Amino acid sequence: MTDATADLSHAPLTTADGRPLKAALAESLAVRRRRAFLLVAPLFLFILISFIVPIGQMLLKSVYNDGFSAHVPALSAWFDANPPGSAIDETAYAALHADLVEMKRNKTAGVAGTRVNYDVAGTRSLFTAAARGAEKMEPPYKEAFLKLDKKWGDPNVWRAMRSAASPFTMDFYLAANDLKRDAEGAIVPVPEGQAVYKKLMLRTLTLSLEITAICLLIGFPIAHLLATLPMRKAMLLMIFVLLPFWTSLLVRTTAWMVLLQQQGVLNDLLVWIGVIDDKGRIQMIYNQMGTIIAMTHILLPFTILPLYSVMKTIPPSYVRAARSLGATSWTAFRRVYLPQTLPGVGAGGLLVFILAMGYYITPALVGGADGQMISNLIAFHMQKSLNWSLAAALAAQLLIVVLIFFWIYDRIVGIDKMKLG
Amino acid sequence: MKKLLIVTTALAGVSAAAQAAELNVVSWGGSYTVSQVEAYHKPFTAMTGVKINSIDADNPATPLKAQAEAGNVTIDLADVELSDAIKMCDEGLLEPIDPAMLPAAPDGTPATEDFVPGAIQDCAVASIVWATVIAYDKTKVGDVMPTTVADFFDTAKYPGKRGMLKAAKRTMELALYADGVAPDQIYEVLGTDEGVKRALAKLDTIKKDIVWWEAGAQPPQLLADGEVVMTNGYNGRFFAAEVAEGKPFGTVWDGSYMDYDLWVIPKGAPNMEDAKKFLAFSTDTQRLADQAKWISYGPARKSSNALVGLYQDGKTEMAPYMPTSPENMKAPIWTDPTFWADHDTELNEKFNAWLAG
Repeated sequence: MTDATADLSHAPLTTADGRPLKAALAESLAVRRRRAFLLVAPLFLFILISFIVPIGQMLLKSVYNDGFSAHVPALSAWFDANPPGSAIDETAYAALHADLVEMKRNKTAGVAGTRVNYDVAGTRSLFTAAARGAEKMEPPYKEAFLKLDKKWGDPNVWRAMRSAASPFTMDFYLAANDLKRDAEGAIVPVPEGQAVYKKLMLRTLTLSLEITAICLLIGFPIAHLLATLPMRKAMLLMIFVLLPFWTSLLVRTTAWMVLLQQQGVLNDLLVWIGVIDDKGRIQMIYNQMGTIIAMTHILLPFTILPLYSVMKTIPPSYVRAARSLGATSWTAFRRVYLPQTLPGVGAGGLLVFILAMGYYITPALVGGADGQMISNLIAFHMQKSLNWSLAAALAAQLLIVVLIFFWIYDRIVGIDKMKLG
Repeated sequence: MKKLLIVTTALAGVSAAAQAAELNVVSWGGSYTVSQVEAYHKPFTAMTGVKINSIDADNPATPLKAQAEAGNVTIDLADVELSDAIKMCDEGLLEPIDPAMLPAAPDGTPATEDFVPGAIQDCAVASIVWATVIAYDKTKVGDVMPTTVADFFDTAKYPGKRGMLKAAKRTMELALYADGVAPDQIYEVLGTDEGVKRALAKLDTIKKDIVWWEAGAQPPQLLADGEVVMTNGYNGRFFAAEVAEGKPFGTVWDGSYMDYDLWVIPKGAPNMEDAKKFLAFSTDTQRLADQAKWISYGPARKSSNALVGLYQDGKTEMAPYMPTSPENMKAPIWTDPTFWADHDTELNEKFNAWLAG
């Protein structure tokens, strides 16, 4: 036996056909790995093409916008040659003129103006108007431009053009934090009446935490009931929990509109039984309350199901043992039952919280003015204002906030303790 | 970057682009789209055999801009507002339109003279003049009907919720007009910080009573449901609810906001030739007059006015419902497309901040 092992350590093991065992093993493993990869490949490609690449592109848009820089070669060259702070002289206006003539030809003045308009409001028509008359403009260009519109002499406009002449920018992250640059390039807060994103981010956080807390409070007893009831009754209850899952999100949200609006079912009922009079109908929708009620309802199954699957595995004998050893029912619940449900509470809570942070259809429909969340503004910039760069910056920030909460959760509870079912 | 976007979004467009003899026409939905289908689409299909897919959007300019941005245009023709038509033309997203392709009026007047001023743009041709007006429920406002924008802002005199468009455009103008600014000075005032504050302060007086709407079909619905007693909205939609569905609605023509709806053809439209044919066909004198049989929007051609008579029910006179009728044009606020091209971003930001505050 000892001889054999000694022998083995010297002469390499071979397969029957004389190849080294190590190489043969590696080869067969490689084949298996290739086969495994081929099995995973469709999913991998699907995720890459439909998820990772578009999201990566979107995130890139938050720091990359060539709307202005792509159409101003002459001006870019001038900015490169003249560092910030140099006087805006005739050569700069001549470069601007050359670019505007080109813009007129390619019909791109609107695009370029839009990019600068993000930075300094009211400058878009500056570009479209100047491009329209660019071909007829005579040197000296500085006077000609200033005669056209005195805004062309505004240092802030030139600062914005310099900044936009480079496609890479942090401007959109500044905007997403209610900040902007002044004429000297220093970062300052936007005027009070214009600040909206930080407030909405905070509101999104508060609303999501509230909704998560309510979901857990309501979901916990239901999940407990589901886990302890006899099979037949539990199944019936389970169908009620799952029913909303099988209904379209829009249908559920509009159902809440029918129920909660001022001329709705609930208000009619309250008036009919005399709790309120016809003049005092309660505003339950088109405000924050509407958002909270509808979202809690829609997200409730996401807390109940993980909780249920965890509670199902807790043997009832533990609580019985605690009781027989003299614990009150409250102590038994607090010290024996509750700690065992924590993986479910964590999973359900985190799931609801993350989903709530990104919700937008429901708040858009039932949230009115004060029930809007940050995702509604992301949608606004995606679909209406078409400032995709700002939308991307806001989305990236939202992603970071969610990741921070994920990290905190991991530090406090531990992600390995999470149990989804 | 853009190429990658094209790759990832092109897949969806392949099927639509592969079809021939079809037109994708995007419009605003509801009774307005119905009027276009009846007056333009059906006769055009009968004449040429080209099938028309009518697509609805809250604002057709939005999907058009998004498609152009993504480099995957599937729209052949879109119905947009004046400011969007000019803005997108500036950005090079639209096909230029040669007025010579538009048919002359029956009496031979060339199209350029037959259309109302401003209706033919570099890349767009107007079909209708429409108004954003205030409508109320006659059964909910008491004995004295509201007649002015001031009544809309007076919740003591007319208690109840108000419906308003959730956007800076039209809402800010209405607030300034209610605050006493003359229609021709509104954009001058709105261009200043004080003017914006003034508009928002006026809106503040009824903020808690406002139910916000976004799609054109919503205001008549909110009014019919009793959720609001007064709301602003598109005059043709209220007409449809009032005349076609018999709702007890009334209209306040004071401070009506006037705009055009124009046909535009995006650059790179898959069926360019048919789109141009459709555009010329649908803006001829007879077609524009036909549309007024279905909805109370004013035709953009002078020669069409004489042909407008009764609603398709055969008994309702259209004139009292037309935004272009002299008795309704008391104090119209005409849209200023350049102003909105410039201040859209800024004012919507301020409006959003005010809304969230």
